[in-house]
Amino acid sequence: MKLTLKIWRQKNSTDKGGFVTYVADHVSKDMSFLEMLDVLNDQLTERGVDPVHFDHDCREGICGMCSLYINGKPHGPLQTTTCQLHMRSFSDGETITIEPWRAKAFPVVKDLVVNRSAFDRIIQAGGYVSVNTGGAPDANEIPIPKNVADLAMDAAQCIGCGACVAACKNASAMLFTSAKISQLALLPQGQVERKTRAEKMVAQMDAEGFGACTNTGACEAECPKGISITNIARMNREYFSAVVSSDTM
Amino acid sequence: MILDSKIPAGPLAEKWTNHKFSSKLVNPANKRKYDVIVVGTGLAGASAAASLAELGYIVKAFCFQDSPRRAHSIAAQGGINAAKNYQNDGDSIYRLFYDTIKGGDYRAREANVYRLAEVSVKIIDQCVAQGVPFAREYGGLLANRSFGGAQVSRTFYARGQTGQQLLLGAYSALSRQVANGKVKLYPRTEMMDLVVIDGHAKGIVTRNLITGAVETHAAHAVLLCTGGYGNVFFLSTNAMGSNVTAAWRAHKRGAFFANPCFTQIHPTCIPVSGDHQSKLTLMSESLRNDGRVWVPASQEIAEKLRKGQIKANDIKEEDRDYFLERNYPSFGNLVPRDVASRNAKYVCDQGLGVNETGEAVFLDFRYAITRDTREIIEQKYGNLFEMYKQITGEDPYEMPMMIYPAVHYTMGGLWVDYNLMTTVPGLYALGEANFSEHGANRLGASALMQGLADGYFVVPYTVGDYLAQLAPKQVDETHPEFARIKEEVQNRINMLLQINGTKPVDYFHRRLGKIMWNECGMARTIKGLKGAKAEIQALKKEFWSNVKVMATNEELNQSLEKANRVADFLELGELMVDDALHRNESCGGHFREEYQTPDGEALRDDENFAYVAAWKYLGEGQEEELVKEELVFENVKLTQRSYK
Repeated sequence: MKLTLKIWRQKNSTDKGGFVTYVADHVSKDMSFLEMLDVLNDQLTERGVDPVHFDHDCREGICGMCSLYINGKPHGPLQTTTCQLHMRSFSDGETITIEPWRAKAFPVVKDLVVNRSAFDRIIQAGGYVSVNTGGAPDANEIPIPKNVADLAMDAAQCIGCGACVAACKNASAMLFTSAKISQLALLPQGQVERKTRAEKMVAQMDAEGFGACTNTGACEAECPKGISITNIARMNREYFSAVVSSDTM
Repeated sequence: MILDSKIPAGPLAEKWTNHKFSSKLVNPANKRKYDVIVVGTGLAGASAAASLAELGYIVKAFCFQDSPRRAHSIAAQGGINAAKNYQNDGDSIYRLFYDTIKGGDYRAREANVYRLAEVSVKIIDQCVAQGVPFAREYGGLLANRSFGGAQVSRTFYARGQTGQQLLLGAYSALSRQVANGKVKLYPRTEMMDLVVIDGHAKGIVTRNLITGAVETHAAHAVLLCTGGYGNVFFLSTNAMGSNVTAAWRAHKRGAFFANPCFTQIHPTCIPVSGDHQSKLTLMSESLRNDGRVWVPASQEIAEKLRKGQIKANDIKEEDRDYFLERNYPSFGNLVPRDVASRNAKYVCDQGLGVNETGEAVFLDFRYAITRDTREIIEQKYGNLFEMYKQITGEDPYEMPMMIYPAVHYTMGGLWVDYNLMTTVPGLYALGEANFSEHGANRLGASALMQGLADGYFVVPYTVGDYLAQLAPKQVDETHPEFARIKEEVQNRINMLLQINGTKPVDYFHRRLGKIMWNECGMARTIKGLKGAKAEIQALKKEFWSNVKVMATNEELNQSLEKANRVADFLELGELMVDDALHRNESCGGHFREEYQTPDGEALRDDENFAYVAAWKYLGEGQEEELVKEELVFENVKLTQRSYK
């Protein structure tokens, strides 16, 4: 296959940046999207051009490090991570546009690499159960109905990639934040800090500059892990019931 | 030089309890006067950083990823072992200990392994308390499965994403301490070297991957939780960024490197599809619980298959060779990883391999689907089947999967004593970065167990014991040694940038990987290893004269990051070959063709090789010195592993 790639190049966070067009030939259908970029980068290096920088690590769809806004969609045309996208999803002669995640709270570091540490700070605001090492009771002393555990697991599968933010016209982080709030609100272990958690995580999300949710559902449609938008509804319930009966008031 | 493993005296089951009692304690009010550096934020690093901060120490945590949550522990699929015996099927701490020692082919320390089995039960309690959503039965209690050659069901799991859930649990504990101000986080920061002053580890030199700034950090103790070195093979199931640099630099500063040739080749990975391949994807071992491994019984049929003239489903039952079931009737498809991998290689070497490259065997689910229904199989393995389809374009519900072994885990690593301290006082190694618990072969679902055992339950005691013997005064970062090492690091970066050769870094990495895979992989020979040593030395020379690293230090520079890591892999590769050459026996993942039983099984030599091979760095261009730690077995009897 031969492809035309329009790739966003930006030297650093202060550079204005712009698209540069490259031709990728000898692309095989079995290559992953990132392997296609690896091959391009080796060619660029041999020609003395700084390779295209992009984030990636596990290449198994689980670490959440890879990103890329491909042809107007986060992680490209399939509901999967970019690292799991293969070139058989494209056809010979196609032009592919590759951009970084676009969101105020995710500033571009270089080329296609963005800074997602805002997500870490949201978790630091309360995305945990306060239990010190060593103080836990026997694991089976906390029975949890299977359907509840399954629901919690559905929410816990979030990989923190940020596709939900990139997909949202308001760059809202509601899906990400609600996934963690839901997981812990569903489980008995999360009950003690349930209210403060919802209040603090939502406050941090707003402080980071993420937008509001207007229920377009783009986040759910683009989430590579299928995190459901019902988590946002649950988070809103958690948040409102927390503010009317706050533990900290 | 004699290596003192510091194994406590007394009966096996009482060693750890006694040791904890005899360890010195740091006064609670003094803990905040001690700084601890933790490098790496996977299961071992995140759990250690969080637990130490909870105790009151001041912790700095470093990772090269953009967030601690991305460490490669996250990719572990299958599960975590613990001797809970919730299933009433005969499990016990002693049985988990015994299975691990035997599975490791008797090349691990009894005391360490017993402690691992002992604390395993507390890990599950801790994780559940954090809100880790393990799989549950309808009654609300935890579910277990049998995994990777174990005859009891002791594996806890969270769908096919156990590593993810455990890591997110440890990451949440870490995040809580960041919020408390007890942990300072340094993401996108890579450790470049270790600072040793008066024989003790006192800090590290790092590079900020965004700005390129080379910085020094001082502390009373340094914990390396930096994972394994499987990427020396280029193609492995490790994440792209996984590397040996932190451990290797520590090695060059005095930490011995133990059993480097013990690498684990995992039997169930998606086969290589072409030269562009950047990494290999593991298909969880749990698949072997329901999948049957086979190849065509004759070369003619295999040939037709490879040419695409027939499909797997066209092959009649009598023309299929279920070689694991045939060779190992009692364990069948569930033999340990090294045995399964070697057998796959063996049938492929005989021309029975099934994909275009001839390097693949089938893993077939049609029997399980007929027996249990598609829905049940989907519940168990749905996400794995989906992943397989995504990568290969084939539907494993319809056609058997194709699998082939791939490098997955490294049992070798920095030598540590019972306290997990390396030969450099104050420097610790945890998790996959150390060598200690898995001997020559790791059992499935034991890596997660070890990472969390080390971080949550071992190091908080043993680091305290070391710190209690130091005066609670700040480490002097103006000591000239910090400046000296920093300058060495800067010089090396400049050297890499100035070579300005013609080939990108991956060109050298791929070649190194091929040498390692062919000669120091699933089967090794004296001739092949000797050739490999010469080839690696030549490749190293070529790298340092012809690699092309783009751009500058003062920016995000992924080719510089890679070059720095590959330079270390080139040195490690040679040591792995030396280690494989000197170990004139076969054990676990180390299979020397010269040493096998008449029916092709690994032939150990307990009389001459029941030791840990620890290597001491002597200087640039010099052969490393071998130092042996004899393994003493007081509780188990060494036997030939048999899975027949």
